[in-house]
Amino acid sequence: MRGPYRAADGGETVSFSFDGVPLKARPGDTLAAALLANGIGLVGRSFKYHRPRGIMAAGVEEPNALVTVGEGGRAEPNTRATDLFVYDGLVATSQNHWLSLSHDAGAVIGLASRALPAGFYYKTFFGPAKRWLRYEVPIRRAAGLGKAPAERDPDGFAQRAGFCDVLVVGAGPAGLKAALDAAEGGARVMLVEQDAVLGASLIRDPEAGRDPAWIEAAAARIRALGGRILTRTTASGYWDHNFVTLAERLVEPGAIPPHGIAQRLWHVRAGKVILATGALERPIPFSDNDRPGVMLSQAVRTYVRRFGVVPGRRVVIATNNDDAYRTADALAEAGADVVAILDARPAGSGPASPYPTHFDARPAGVSGTRHHLKRVTALVGGREQGWEADLLAVSGGFVPVVHLHMQAGGKLDWNEAAQAFVPGPIAQACVTVGGAADPPPAPPVTPAGAPKKSFVDFQNDVTLADVDLAWQEGYRSVEHLKRYTTLGMATDQGKTSNIVALSRLAEKQGVAVPDAGVTTFRPPYTPVTMGVLAGTAAKSAGAHVRRLPLHDAHARHKPVWQPTGHWFRPRAYPLEGETTTAAAMREAKAVRQHVGLTDVSTLAKFEVSGPDAAALLELVCATAVATLKTGRGRYTFMLREDGMVFDDGTVWRIADDRYLLTSSTGGADRMATHLSYVRNTLRPEMRVSVVNVQEHHAAVALAGPRAKAIVETLTGGEPPRHMSAARATLAGVPVLVLAASYSGERAFEIYAEATAALPVWSALAAAVAAAGGGPYGLDAMDLLRIEKGHVLVGGEVDGRTTPDDMGLRTMLNKAGGYIGAAGLQRPALSETGRLQLVGLEALDGAILEGAMLIAAEGETPHGHVTAAGRRVADEGSIALALLRDGRARHGETLIASSPMRGASTRVRVAAPHFYDAAGERYRG
Amino acid sequence: MYLIPCPHCGPRAQAEFTYERTTDSVVDPAGPVGTAMGTLFTRANPMGMDDEIWRHTYGCRAWLVLTRDRLTHAIAAVRTIGPEALP
Repeated sequence: MRGPYRAADGGETVSFSFDGVPLKARPGDTLAAALLANGIGLVGRSFKYHRPRGIMAAGVEEPNALVTVGEGGRAEPNTRATDLFVYDGLVATSQNHWLSLSHDAGAVIGLASRALPAGFYYKTFFGPAKRWLRYEVPIRRAAGLGKAPAERDPDGFAQRAGFCDVLVVGAGPAGLKAALDAAEGGARVMLVEQDAVLGASLIRDPEAGRDPAWIEAAAARIRALGGRILTRTTASGYWDHNFVTLAERLVEPGAIPPHGIAQRLWHVRAGKVILATGALERPIPFSDNDRPGVMLSQAVRTYVRRFGVVPGRRVVIATNNDDAYRTADALAEAGADVVAILDARPAGSGPASPYPTHFDARPAGVSGTRHHLKRVTALVGGREQGWEADLLAVSGGFVPVVHLHMQAGGKLDWNEAAQAFVPGPIAQACVTVGGAADPPPAPPVTPAGAPKKSFVDFQNDVTLADVDLAWQEGYRSVEHLKRYTTLGMATDQGKTSNIVALSRLAEKQGVAVPDAGVTTFRPPYTPVTMGVLAGTAAKSAGAHVRRLPLHDAHARHKPVWQPTGHWFRPRAYPLEGETTTAAAMREAKAVRQHVGLTDVSTLAKFEVSGPDAAALLELVCATAVATLKTGRGRYTFMLREDGMVFDDGTVWRIADDRYLLTSSTGGADRMATHLSYVRNTLRPEMRVSVVNVQEHHAAVALAGPRAKAIVETLTGGEPPRHMSAARATLAGVPVLVLAASYSGERAFEIYAEATAALPVWSALAAAVAAAGGGPYGLDAMDLLRIEKGHVLVGGEVDGRTTPDDMGLRTMLNKAGGYIGAAGLQRPALSETGRLQLVGLEALDGAILEGAMLIAAEGETPHGHVTAAGRRVADEGSIALALLRDGRARHGETLIASSPMRGASTRVRVAAPHFYDAAGERYRG
Repeated sequence: MYLIPCPHCGPRAQAEFTYERTTDSVVDPAGPVGTAMGTLFTRANPMGMDDEIWRHTYGCRAWLVLTRDRLTHAIAAVRTIGPEALP
């Protein structure tokens, strides 16, 4: 006749393994079907109590049968065995147990489950925080699902955009029909199905609707009309303006993709969306309803009809609707013994059946081993009755899959006959058809048995007793219930549990279910792997690299490169055997003693021109600009509207109605947007043009006592004096020479067109080398600027500091009228206690960047170190810091403490100018 | 993700645009000092239609005012802000 689980016909051709045991399956099997066919009932342990769990469903709603599939970086934890199609060589392992699946040490927790009720975390961790450190290890070991792989995922992921007139989600009879109609009406159609094959309920119930041959014919016709059909594709998110994301599995989880791409995320903008998402079966709560051997009725039928797997020989069916009778037929046809149908409805309901049928009957409990079911007891008309059985198929009615409808902003209606929420008013161009719109009637079933062991959320081990406890302790809204019990928070997002729990809550409140409320469904419908969301950016292929115009010239010196934003800049140019730190100090010394050359091409640069150029800059810059004479420049800074310093740089009047504004590298994009905003929305009437010329000019800074002589020689003319600009020719290239100093030495910034900059650099580098200097990098630049007390955007300018905090108040435009002038008037910005810029000198040891400034160990910090460096002359440790009322505290001794790094240094507070405070050197 | 009808580029995905602020929070630099901080920090935040400033950052880079319903995300109108034409 038939084998114990699998109908005998057909050969088994696919090999796979479960927990290391080699097994066989048939092509087209899900892992769940293959496990059942091999007589495996126990597939996992529950999250909290480690109770033995079997397969319950046959689709994405499965809460129990979660496995880790694949090996190494390809391992995919928490994969549903019911949503995973077996391929040759599939390696699956059970999860959430300690020792082995059969003998789980954690199961003793289940015996002590009284100590772990809902809200356990809240209650346990009210108390000293230190206690958590003791509990954490055992709790983390006991709870949790599969482990994330430590290795990198070797597979690639792709993203793709799609457009269609009609997107149909679900290829059951309703979806196929809708897609076919739309395609024949001339629409561009996309049909997506999460299963590997089309047809959905038609595969399970061929007698119920159309001929299975119709599925292929319909699909072929849709394709012939230009429609696109995607299987193994889940519509995971429904966003605004009919934007739907589809997660397409090109290979099964854990498999090696032949073309390197494992999954693809579609971004689809649809004209109209048809949701043919069907309905999920609802379990019935009773004592020990989570045992292996208790399955959903439709799932049982699916295993029998679609996979030829008969999950039990002696079967009891518990139901409150007509659908489960078809399961009885399917089982009987396959040779199983239907020993009883328990119909919760009164006598006379339900279709005529040849099976022993009991009305007003509901299951009360089951018993058996941890692998298999042995006995079912039920209350029939209030009296207890029992049967020997190895399978209990339950059907508590149907819950329409309204997730996408609700994600799209739609409201829900309550269908009293079906005891389910159905799609109500819509918010976007979408319509729900088929079983999701019109579930069959199913009256409520009063739960029987102990609420303590009647599970509603199988994945998070939430029982009816937990729902009752939440109610009793005052967590009465659905949102509170959810947070208190973790109901519906697992990877299945409560697909089988929510409505059962809501019914219980409504019953407690004495209101109808819709009045108890419902939580919001949010994307994704089923879990989506992180890799596919990142797409090609998963392996940082999306990050671009910006190279300096003089990149190759630097590369010849073999510098240590420093990524700054997307730019690669030289950090230091170490000689053979020299450390980066030593190189930076050598380069900085060369600048102080002779001369140095550095690349500043990445600075933000804007040309502002036109009759209103000065007026626009007066608005943007907090310093005066209009008074600037042609050929002169000025240090400047910009404020946000709330008065905080936003960025700093220099502004140069290079012609009567033309200015050059520079600002920091890191803030370049932000500044470009800011200027665009000011120009376009605040001052659209101004006659001014703002052009971003950041990449148009290469710029090199020449600094040191011999810089002036070099410029004089190479340009053949008198170099501009400090803060002046001049046009010149250098190495045959037209250049703009700006005399400005960031290092504190006499210095020039020389601008040339980026494409013509190489001869300029070469000529300067040769002259610098002859004068005893060389190129210097970012580290040397930092040493020089810290010693000089120049602020850096991102260090001292951290978005919380005002001009006054930085010691820049005297530079503010007296006339006002700049952005941020109003914000600066706020009283809090002139109160005492603000963090102000100071310098620090170490009295012992070295100051660490980021260290806290304290008066004594254990005290509240008075401020923090923003940048630490060493004096270029004698290498003593110095730093810049933001210190509460810092300007009034020069001379005070504090401790710069960094407990994380276990280091603290005594420091003396000083003015932030350690070098040439009078500024005699740079004026030179 | 919204579909924003850019007056210059046509309907484009929201990912191309950057939200800036609502029109009622634009601080007039020439306005009285007393009202500036109120404009910046005390916003209307209506439950329904509001005028918002967006920028078509990865498109024409125009600054736009979107009249958008915060409940339904319906976009009632889009107009460009900025100089009509450069001299």
